[in-house]
Amino acid sequence: MLELYQGSLKVEDILSRWYKKYRDKNYGAFISFVGIVREEDSIDGLSFDIYEPILNKWFQEWQEEAKKRGAVVLMAHATGDVYIHESSYISAVLSPKRKVALKLIDEFVEGFKANAPIWKYDLIEGKRVYAKERSLKLPNSGILSNL
Amino acid sequence: MAVVEFLGPIERENMEVDIKNLKELKDIFADDKKLQEWLEISAVALNDTLVTSLDVDINSTDKISILPPVCGG
Repeated sequence: MLELYQGSLKVEDILSRWYKKYRDKNYGAFISFVGIVREEDSIDGLSFDIYEPILNKWFQEWQEEAKKRGAVVLMAHATGDVYIHESSYISAVLSPKRKVALKLIDEFVEGFKANAPIWKYDLIEGKRVYAKERSLKLPNSGILSNL
Repeated sequence: MAVVEFLGPIERENMEVDIKNLKELKDIFADDKKLQEWLEISAVALNDTLVTSLDVDINSTDKISILPPVCGG
């Protein structure tokens, strides 16, 4: 399940809904990761652009990988502006046993950071500034370049 | 004609191109210095699948996406 929201996430509502949906499905482990915007470098918050067609494909591949391990992956992400101490991102894994879930949540979050087609901006004095230094190049970047 | 879309912070309008493969697109962009700075760090997708080389044929209905470095979460 992949959910996208305009603006910050209502973390308690989302996690509660996911828990209620899956608690009677015989998964013994439910592990969630919640990203919270920190106060640093004088930013007012963060802002995000998402390219949904590729994000949906990327998430579908993770659903299939999780299914092979008897697990389920869930994700929610914000588009647009998210201010300090609000949340922009939730990932969660359910599996029958904890070790699968603990390993998978780590892989899923790291895979997300490296490959999900989402662009982050710092909000500084009302402007969006692309977080270029914190961003990661996707595989085979640069093939159209002459440089 | 195929459509090229520039995603995220590149902030360019979509453009239509009459090309037979991605090598021809590379030639079209060759003299665009500002865009070259983005292309150097950007991946390329054809119809929402990332490509691994320029040896790809392009049809008139295709969508080509330029994806700069990402940072979700």
